[in-house]
Amino acid sequence: MSSTLSSIIESIIFTSDSAISTDRICDLLDEFERDEVRAALSELAEFHEARGGGFELVAVAGGWQFRTRATYQSYVTRHIKARSSKFSQSALETLAIVAYRQPITRAEIEHLRGVDCGGVLKSLLEKRVVRILGKKDIPGRPLIYGTSKEFLEIFGLKDLKSLPTLKEIQALDEVPQYERQEELPLGQTRAVPVESDLPFE
Amino acid sequence: MSRSEARHFIEDAAPLLDGFHEQYSVHLDKFDGPMDLLLHLIKKNELDIYDISIAVITRQYLDYIKLMKDLNLEVAGDFLVMAATLLHIKSRQLLPLDDQEEAEDEEADPRAELVRRLLEYQQYKEAGMVIGARALLGREVFARAVTEPFLLAAQNEEGPLEVNLFELVDAFRVLLIRIPAESFHDVAPGDSLSIADCINEILSLLQEKETVQFDDLVRDELTRERIIVTFLALLELCRLKLIRIFQGNRHGSIWFVPAVTQTLSEE
Repeated sequence: MSSTLSSIIESIIFTSDSAISTDRICDLLDEFERDEVRAALSELAEFHEARGGGFELVAVAGGWQFRTRATYQSYVTRHIKARSSKFSQSALETLAIVAYRQPITRAEIEHLRGVDCGGVLKSLLEKRVVRILGKKDIPGRPLIYGTSKEFLEIFGLKDLKSLPTLKEIQALDEVPQYERQEELPLGQTRAVPVESDLPFE
Repeated sequence: MSRSEARHFIEDAAPLLDGFHEQYSVHLDKFDGPMDLLLHLIKKNELDIYDISIAVITRQYLDYIKLMKDLNLEVAGDFLVMAATLLHIKSRQLLPLDDQEEAEDEEADPRAELVRRLLEYQQYKEAGMVIGARALLGREVFARAVTEPFLLAAQNEEGPLEVNLFELVDAFRVLLIRIPAESFHDVAPGDSLSIADCINEILSLLQEKETVQFDDLVRDELTRERIIVTFLALLELCRLKLIRIFQGNRHGSIWFVPAVTQTLSEE
């Protein structure tokens, strides 16, 4: 990485407290052509990718940010307390529905999940990964929900389009699903239907 | 309690629990609702999701609800709704269609709607697992941290100072004085502003930026109604402990920050 412009951009990204967008960097460096800045940025990204150090330059939430590599998680957490941003299964399910189906109302989420989602939605709102987009123009004017910028930041997504498509997810799952099913010890459970073990194999 | 732990706990403990109903209250976080349970039963019985044996599934489903009751668990209404749906489907399968219905939906399988919902649910369940397996910021990967006080100081040179209710009311009074005299021959506005609307507005504003100024909230619409509603909304948010209020200095501008910071415990 020889060019000074790359170094200038690197210093800007290093000092910004959240992901900084290419547009913002271009605005800050108005003495350079936008194309120059873009080229320097991709040069910088390539440099950091080839470097393979403890942190990397990632495109996230429509911007650029330096982040540690996941490989070093166990070392980093020795001196930085990992945030308890743990998501339960129901929270992830609800979040997935909001992410893929936004804008969506609570009633629509509940129809998909078949279960009350008030509590889960509230905690997602508190974690700021979901936000209220407005109100739907139907009777009752229910609130509509969508994902926030924090959602992209926390989950390390460049934009909503970089979410894996539902088809891709299904394809991932198909093979292991059948393998798992074959391994289930079904014979015994069926032969002796004792009340206590019926729903659990 | 993890899934397998919960499973073992139930298996081991179920016959022993007779005398322990009073002492133990178990939170069984195994199934996130009726759809999850149904999917589990379908997989367990190696059923084809497009050709479910409603009788088998319904029996096991009801057994599960019974077990939940035996274990002194609260059975959510949603589980009962699904039980009713299953029974409804079974009864429709048993009863012959009359001519009119037959004409309407000739090949309609009463299970079709349920299957469609199950498949859709399964999709999102898997999508949830996929996004949950990503390297999360603050869990697996870390960015350089800029602490909150540092950020606040950068945005507001005055330095925050916690205010009491009186100062808030005072700021509000000052604002009310500032608004122009009302004209009395206005046509009444169509829809009035509700406090709930205003709360949502403030919350979404706070999601976008860390701090919000009172003046920012009322800037674009400086009417008496707007200011009063905003003020009541802020009081309500304080009561719910959702925001914290700061004042730069005496008679300075008032700032709001979300009370809940990133260190949230799991729901």
